[in-house]
Amino acid sequence: MIVGPLLDLRGKPSWRGARNIAMQVIMGLAVIAILIPLVAVVWSVVSRGAGVVLHAFPEFFTAEIPVVSRRAGPGMGPAILGTLLVTGGATLIAVPLGILGAVYLHEYGGTSAFAKLVRFLATVMTGVPSIVMGLFVYLTWTMRFGYSAFGGALALACLMLPVVIGSTEQMLRLVPANLREAAYALGASKSRTILTIVLPAALPGIVSGSLLAIARAAGETAPLLFALGAATAYNPNLFAGANTALSLQIFGNATSSFVAAQDRAWGAALTLMLLAFLITLTARLLFTRRS
Amino acid sequence: MIIESATESVKALRPMQRRAAPPLEETAVVFDAESVEVFYGSFRAVRGVTMKIYKNQITAFIGPSGCGKTTMLRAFNRMHDVIPGARVAGKLYYHGVDLYGPDVSATEVRRRIGMVFQKPNPFPKSIYDNIAFGPRVNGVKNTSELDAVVEKSLRSAALWDEVKDRLRHSALGLSGGQQQRLCIARTIAVQPDVVLMDEPCSALDPIATARIEELMRQLKSQFTIVIVTHNMQQAARVSDRTAFFTAELDAKNDQRCGILVEYDATAKIFSNPSDERTENYITGRFG
Repeated sequence: MIVGPLLDLRGKPSWRGARNIAMQVIMGLAVIAILIPLVAVVWSVVSRGAGVVLHAFPEFFTAEIPVVSRRAGPGMGPAILGTLLVTGGATLIAVPLGILGAVYLHEYGGTSAFAKLVRFLATVMTGVPSIVMGLFVYLTWTMRFGYSAFGGALALACLMLPVVIGSTEQMLRLVPANLREAAYALGASKSRTILTIVLPAALPGIVSGSLLAIARAAGETAPLLFALGAATAYNPNLFAGANTALSLQIFGNATSSFVAAQDRAWGAALTLMLLAFLITLTARLLFTRRS
Repeated sequence: MIIESATESVKALRPMQRRAAPPLEETAVVFDAESVEVFYGSFRAVRGVTMKIYKNQITAFIGPSGCGKTTMLRAFNRMHDVIPGARVAGKLYYHGVDLYGPDVSATEVRRRIGMVFQKPNPFPKSIYDNIAFGPRVNGVKNTSELDAVVEKSLRSAALWDEVKDRLRHSALGLSGGQQQRLCIARTIAVQPDVVLMDEPCSALDPIATARIEELMRQLKSQFTIVIVTHNMQQAARVSDRTAFFTAELDAKNDQRCGILVEYDATAKIFSNPSDERTENYITGRFG
């Protein structure tokens, strides 16, 4: 039988409850503030681009770009191919190099002077404006070998490399030391441990980091301005001839005074967004199954 | 009558205090440590450890936290090599070979001297791939051979019946006790000579602990086992020999350094220790 309250477990009167509500409101507002620009961008691109794309579907994705920009109509085919070539090329250059660099920095370099220097330079490289990378590639590659998708790939790779190095090193750091010890205790060498234990354990994180870099690079315009030249027809050759990319088409068409061209810019913007989304989705499906 | 049987049961509870310890068989010497010291940078964690580890016996290292038990254990399979700044001094012979000799490869050493860690640390791979990792490192590629090794190791670790239907599932889905038995199976899959165990049961419940201890008793016919434990009952239950370590304050630099106080047959250590510090520790007066 309970006689009466033996213990007083009620909290002291305070503003705790009110503060809790106030903080939740502030956080809710912050989330909304973040969502406003995001939703606005997606909405404006979808609402203005969807009509253009659907009006000529699927030719918008396949037809060549009209040579006379004031003429209405599809398409963006060569720009899609160009973007895939340039971004794919940049990925093939930057991701393996970046992962190898990060493995060196974290597993072998450690705190040595050389590793510190490389890490410092990679950090500096992230701060270099993309137009400077474009100029660099223009001077060292395009001036000598002419316009090509590969020049654009080089410029984007320069932008991606420090991002891939940084995120991969971060992921390698997160691999628990006891996994390495377990492998060493079974007689595995250092290289074997890195290849069969450390890298697979860090893979999901490395993929995420690389995807972020790829998605960022796919939308870059400035580094491509000097390297690709201008093309309106398909150019599947990675190493020769002028090419184009979705970002360049957005830039060129949006700054045009013709309504038809502006429409195409919106269509290209939507296409680029879908492309980035697709790349991310495929890579996620491919690589997260393992873990 | 009742009093008599009560006395009998008390006797049964404390057999070691009544009888003299039976003499331990002197099997072949696996490790011979002579004045071993381990440093982390300039910090000396353990000093002056001289002891012999005997074949097919279980040797337990006991002692309070920070007394260098684990540090000493890791010296036996050169696990300190991977820690920057760690260094082993003194002489440590393994079957007469200087473990820290100039031509000795740490990976070669660790293939013969396996280790089970305090926290179960399965690889984020399937159960099968966890066990097969060691044999693959040693060059076994044949699938049927690997299958056989996996089954044999899991059976030895008393885990086969629980996991035989999900060998391809992730090892991370197993319970803590199963994970630790998996780690033991993984260690014995490379057919080591010695198995070092660093507090293998400290993260497990009593039932899982009992299973691992049972496993250790079975495995000792094939391997030499050295176990670090915080649990004195465990040392008393499973080991043949016990080494008691403690930390001593060095007056010169005000740092604590681990020392080996007493090393003898387990029955002797727990019934009639020679050193007062050992007695204080095992009777719970200190540590």
